[in-house]
Amino acid sequence: MSIVTTGSLSFDQIGMVFPDGTEAVREASFTVNRGEFVTVVGPSGCGKSTLLKIASGLLEPTRGTVTVDRDRLGYVFQDATLLQWRTVQRNVELLAELHGLPKAERQSLATEAIKTVGLSGFENHYPKALSGGMKMRASLARTLTLKPPVFLFDEPFGAVDEITREHLNEETQRLFTTEGFAGLFITHSISEAVFLSTRVLVMSARPGRIVAEFEIPFDFPRTPDLRFTAEFARISGEISHELRGAHS
Amino acid sequence: MSVTDTTRPISQEPETAIDDSASFHVAAPKKSNPLKVGLPPIMFGGLVIGFWYFVSYGLLEDRRRFLLRPPHQVIQKGFLDWAVFSEILTALWSSTKVAIIGLVLAIAIGMALAIIMSQAKTAERAIFPYMVTLQAIPILAVVPLISLWFGFGQMARVVVCVIIALFPIIVNTLFGLQSAEKGAHDLFSLHQASRMTRLRKLMFPAALPAIFAGLRISAGLSVIGAVVGDFFFGRGAVGIGQRINRYAANLQGEQLLAAVIMTAALGVTVFWTFGWIQSRVIGKWHDSSS
Ligand SMILES: Nc1ncnc2c1ncn2[C@@H]1O[C@H](COP(=O)(O)OP(=O)(O)OP(=O)(O)O)[C@@H](O)[C@H]1O
Ligand SMILES: [Mg+2]
Repeated sequence: MSIVTTGSLSFDQIGMVFPDGTEAVREASFTVNRGEFVTVVGPSGCGKSTLLKIASGLLEPTRGTVTVDRDRLGYVFQDATLLQWRTVQRNVELLAELHGLPKAERQSLATEAIKTVGLSGFENHYPKALSGGMKMRASLARTLTLKPPVFLFDEPFGAVDEITREHLNEETQRLFTTEGFAGLFITHSISEAVFLSTRVLVMSARPGRIVAEFEIPFDFPRTPDLRFTAEFARISGEISHELRGAHS
Repeated sequence: MSVTDTTRPISQEPETAIDDSASFHVAAPKKSNPLKVGLPPIMFGGLVIGFWYFVSYGLLEDRRRFLLRPPHQVIQKGFLDWAVFSEILTALWSSTKVAIIGLVLAIAIGMALAIIMSQAKTAERAIFPYMVTLQAIPILAVVPLISLWFGFGQMARVVVCVIIALFPIIVNTLFGLQSAEKGAHDLFSLHQASRMTRLRKLMFPAALPAIFAGLRISAGLSVIGAVVGDFFFGRGAVGIGQRINRYAANLQGEQLLAAVIMTAALGVTVFWTFGWIQSRVIGKWHDSSS
């Protein structure tokens, strides 16, 4: 297992037409290098999740090629997909278990990840006793145990409240700066996109194409107050403008 | 991950969440007033016994009272007379053994078939229609065949149990194994889980609630199978079906009613036992068990 993989993800001329004829993605080409955090924003149903499924290998694209090291690929799904019969602790341990790690190591990885997402104290709760946002955080913790070099996030914080979301954004950013993975993030929140990313891509309505690209110039670490600066507002406004164009 | 010092602002947050999750937990095991729960069935039972007396003494003349003996006579002659009661218990135990063996076999066969069908769509297409057909044959129609092949002893009775208990186990297990979310399957695919790992860690646990629902039905059916089988196959140990038959033939009304009541009690016990096992095994994480 090579820890220092290239940790990059590259889409080349990716196209996806589902068997029923739905064209979800058209000619998507971009690269996410190690140390880059790229966010895709776009209208609902434009093919963002499809893009991540292609990246992870869950879907075969009908056109183009993906280049990525899928060993320890981190992928936070749009739904929490926790196993109901496992406690939070055992859910978070799952991936390490599937990769055959010894019990002690699994447990310490899980404990650390649970702490990171702020679920300490809930280790022995079953998913049915968690709120939607807490489930999502458990799901994030589960992926964290992999320490993935390439990290895919599909709207992980869509179901959490504003304040929690800001906390989790900071935490994600902190992980990104310490781990330096290649991150591909999906969200509907422009402010979340700008806050987290080194680059934001705007996708058009179906069939999804990348119609605009924004470099986000802010240095890391970024503080919550960044959201209220003029520069932040200006970039957000431009992205919002592009998105409105993308809708039609 | 050097995040230990930075987690504090976040770990503050669940404190607010503790409240609602805690109240959720309190609300889950509904502790209701035992009087409210116990009183209605007791009162209704009293009503039924009253009606029973009314039929025995009010409607039936003396010489036709053997049709429905009053409750206290049933208790005296059926339950308090040890010679009779031990006879009933022995027969009941004999049938219970048959039902248990039949159920265990049905579980083994049913689960194995369901697991095979869950692993390959082709196997499901090949096997399932025959299971439906088997289910559709009225058991009475195959009784002669069973006696031809298996005789009139315990074996034949067990076969009846297996045949009628099999279907719910197959259907529920198969349905349960197929009930795991697509997303969870994706997760296992993503991490190259083997077929066996997927079955053990995902499909089987996901199937447990359905499996238990099937078990409860099948256990009840197996008891019925044991009693029915006993009616038809007269050789070997006397089961509760034979007992009931003989009491009826001899017009021993009190003993007959006692035997019927004990058979019902067996059915209820089986149902409750499986309900109890179910809540022990999956009650912690599954909502609709209890
Ligand atoms: N398996 C499938 N078969 C056919 N069409 C599909 C399939 N999966 C997705 N689609 C279609 O492809 C399009 C893109 O779906 P996708 O889930 O990628 O959207 P999305 O951008 O993630 O939307 P959202 O923001 O609402 O999550 C949608 O129109 C969807 O209906
Ligand atoms: Mg999506």
